[in-house]
Amino acid sequence: MPELDAIDRAIIDTLQGDFPLTERPYALAAERLGIVEADLLARLERMLAAKVLTRFGPMFQIERMGGAFVLAALAVPEDRYETVAAQVNALPQVAHNYRREHLLNMWFVLATEKPGGIAEAVAQIEAETGLPVHAFPKEREYFVQMQLEARV
Amino acid sequence: MIGDDIDRALIVATQGGLPLVGEPYRALGEGLGISAGEVIERLGRMLERGVIRRIGAVPNHYAIGWTANGMTVWDVDDAEVDRLGGLVGSLPFVTHCYRRPRSLPAWPYNLFAMVHGSSRDECAAKAGEIQALLGAACRASDILYSTRILKKTGLRIGA
Repeated sequence: MPELDAIDRAIIDTLQGDFPLTERPYALAAERLGIVEADLLARLERMLAAKVLTRFGPMFQIERMGGAFVLAALAVPEDRYETVAAQVNALPQVAHNYRREHLLNMWFVLATEKPGGIAEAVAQIEAETGLPVHAFPKEREYFVQMQLEARV
Repeated sequence: MIGDDIDRALIVATQGGLPLVGEPYRALGEGLGISAGEVIERLGRMLERGVIRRIGAVPNHYAIGWTANGMTVWDVDDAEVDRLGGLVGSLPFVTHCYRRPRSLPAWPYNLFAMVHGSSRDECAAKAGEIQALLGAACRASDILYSTRILKKTGLRIGA
């Protein structure tokens, strides 16, 4: 696990949103953190390389532009798990994929620009893996805000 | 709805992350043939309209200490699920909460709520609070812990 210092933690805790839309946004964000622009850029590069951060940028809600997100799951036989994971992950429409402890042991989110893209991706996964895809489109969203503070 | 060709090109250019340079919006604009000011204006408009949820750091929650991540799932009475879903979603520790279709007989659950902790005990305690809220309206439940991130790139639309 990579070592984080107090400034790294402050970056994680305060920069999960509200990144400035100004000419020199890193300089402004750095100033709020009490550091200089070059230090913020170097720390972001380091945390991205160490995979402490998976990305630094906009998080899109593609449904607001006519696209779709759908949660889906597969029950993958253990002896084929790695092969199926590679087949599923190869689709650019697969935005995230997690292994979970259940008979349905692979859970992924499909994100497509057009609603019809979901059915295409499901059909492709079923054709390539020979496994039925269980799709769980959301019927109602009660809350979404994935912003966890650094605990290390 | 927005989404002209330039907005779309801006999504393609930023979905993997912002440039790590002093003037990232100018760098993006150079690639798209527009000014930094127009990039800022378009990103601001997408934020206002919810096409962008937020701009900033996307942490790997495992790497920042949240090593137990449980998808709690509940079979809740259809007549009660929307009222209770709203309450579960407003618990401070729930990061995502949705109603989704059941897939009977294998999957009887219609309410999904993500909880996170430094241990499975912590997640289980949070699931206990959800259980207490749901009461008799909940007929069955489970927690599916994640054991591995297989992919976490986020949206990727084609260029």
